[in-house]
Amino acid sequence: MSEQVEVKEAKRSTPKHQLGEEIIICRDVHKWFGDFHVLCGVTTSVRKGEVVVIFGPSGSGKSTFIRTINRLEEHDKGQIIVDGIEMTNDIRNIDAIRREVGMVFQQFNLFPHLTVLQNITLAPVWVRKKTKKEAEAMAMELLERVGIPEQAHKYPGQLSGGQQQRVAIARALAMEPRIMLFDEPTSALDPEMIKEVLDVMRELASSGMTMLVVTHEMGFAREVADRMLFFDKGQIVEQGTPEQIFSNPQHERTKVFLSQIL
Amino acid sequence: MSSTDVQVTQEVKQPRVAVSLIDWLRRNLFSNWLNSIITLLLLWVIVSALVRLFDWALTEATWTPVVKNLRLFMVGRYPGEAIWRVQVALALVLALFGISGGIWGGITRKVTSGLVAATILLAILPLSMGTRLYFVGMAVLMALGFIAGLRFPRLLRWPAIALWIISPIVIVILIGGISGLLPSVDTSLWGGLMLTLMLAVVGIVASFPIGVLLALGRRSKLPVVKGFCVAYIETIRGVPLVTVLFMASIMLPLFLPAQIRIADVVRAMVALTLFSAAYLAENVRGGLQAVPNGQIEAARSLGLNVFQTTTLILLPQALRMVIPAIVGQFISLFKDTSLAVVVGLTELLGIAEVVIRQPDWLTVPGGVQREVLLFVALIYWVFSFSMARVSYQIERRLGVGTR
Repeated sequence: MSEQVEVKEAKRSTPKHQLGEEIIICRDVHKWFGDFHVLCGVTTSVRKGEVVVIFGPSGSGKSTFIRTINRLEEHDKGQIIVDGIEMTNDIRNIDAIRREVGMVFQQFNLFPHLTVLQNITLAPVWVRKKTKKEAEAMAMELLERVGIPEQAHKYPGQLSGGQQQRVAIARALAMEPRIMLFDEPTSALDPEMIKEVLDVMRELASSGMTMLVVTHEMGFAREVADRMLFFDKGQIVEQGTPEQIFSNPQHERTKVFLSQIL
Repeated sequence: MSSTDVQVTQEVKQPRVAVSLIDWLRRNLFSNWLNSIITLLLLWVIVSALVRLFDWALTEATWTPVVKNLRLFMVGRYPGEAIWRVQVALALVLALFGISGGIWGGITRKVTSGLVAATILLAILPLSMGTRLYFVGMAVLMALGFIAGLRFPRLLRWPAIALWIISPIVIVILIGGISGLLPSVDTSLWGGLMLTLMLAVVGIVASFPIGVLLALGRRSKLPVVKGFCVAYIETIRGVPLVTVLFMASIMLPLFLPAQIRIADVVRAMVALTLFSAAYLAENVRGGLQAVPNGQIEAARSLGLNVFQTTTLILLPQALRMVIPAIVGQFISLFKDTSLAVVVGLTELLGIAEVVIRQPDWLTVPGGVQREVLLFVALIYWVFSFSMARVSYQIERRLGVGTR
């Protein structure tokens, strides 16, 4: 398994980020929604520090796939190992993995009844058992990092979409995750706000974070991704560096899809 | 932008149209001849009904049964020599309200000022001198508590919370007695407004957590828990409250061993609580369903466990959405306590019946039913309306920043 990956790595042009050991391993992952076969045998692995962009037509299973990595969706067959912990029904394993994996959603999903600061400090206080003071100091640092420290005491409803998504990123980072999952983080945003969110993600990628990003922002993918996965009908149809995917796509479906969105 | 410099800083105000009373009347009530006739007709009906009512209330009506029986209305047949215990219990609650109003401000402060106003009003009314002095004392007590709470909020916060929590026990001991210290007063002697309030408060405080648990249980993935909750809620909602009260008072003793006797009052409290919990559960479930699934996913993806997700994320959002429905349920529970009269409790409405049947009023032509029921209705209205106002305040406060 790891040899195979080595071979693939060798074919790549120089990676954009310093890559470490494999942190996510998926072997033949299947998932059904009733009779609908959403994931039909997904096998891939992600290395520490790697930025993987997942793209493909809607309904291709790309969102479902990243949601299996922190068990928001349960896979029905196959094996998922995150940071050395295998995903089973054992609730302790699931909780342990969720603490290591941060997630950013298309619809932000900030908690509307809590202020920005409370949104960010909630999990560190209740899950990581930090003191309120420590958590708040860290939250302010993170808000500084995503560029909106002045919004700390507002409620999510008072912020713009781009600001909300940056708060959501800060909230996930507050748990000090080793992996970040992004599920179409800019799809619900007005065009002028997409850049501010992508900038934060760029900075995060360059800081060495392992990231799985479902997105149609091809400019971002070209610039930041180490590897791109093209999903269609529940399978990884093609993968490669952005250069390979954009300039020399192998598969017919990849070509068609890229011609539609570029 | 075009080259023409548009001045955008100039403040454009929405034009305020001053509407005179005559204009308003003409536009809304007398816009055409048909509306004018309807307006005049309704005006005539309302005015003549009010004139008739006031005429009756001030000249014909016999208010002596109300005035003579005030104590009966307030505490029922509670023995006179022990009445100080009820007064102390009330004083305790009011003092707590005073302190809390000082400590927390906001809605608590508004409730406290409402209570102070009520006691002052009662002190002005032509009641017996002792009663009026008592209410003056209560107003002063609340004011003192308020000042204390305002001065030492940090010092008094936890003692106040602790006192609120133990207050029901203290009140029951004060009113019901405890062996060795206070002579016992049998629950069959409790009555009037005091009993109504006890039934309502116990019902509200106890049914709320049960209702929330039932609502959560109904959404559970465990079939046994879900099945139980659904069966419970649908059974209770399928029968009238009177049936539940009868079940509690007549059927329950059949199932219990003969040595165990539960007081009528307690059985009515249990019945009201269980009944109200089923309706509350459905209200709360409505709120739970209105919280988007993404909220739960976000909480779970942050590593919060199921319990934390429920108490920190799900319930706070769900409950604030259904405050109007919950308070509506509480108000109807408060009025439903009047049904306890069918199982022999002399709460406010029970006392009304007692007073109506007193032999003293046999000579009054037409009886005194109207006066007595009107008086009781007024008491129910004052409490229900106050609850509705408090609910409105809570809604407004919690609405800030949520949308």
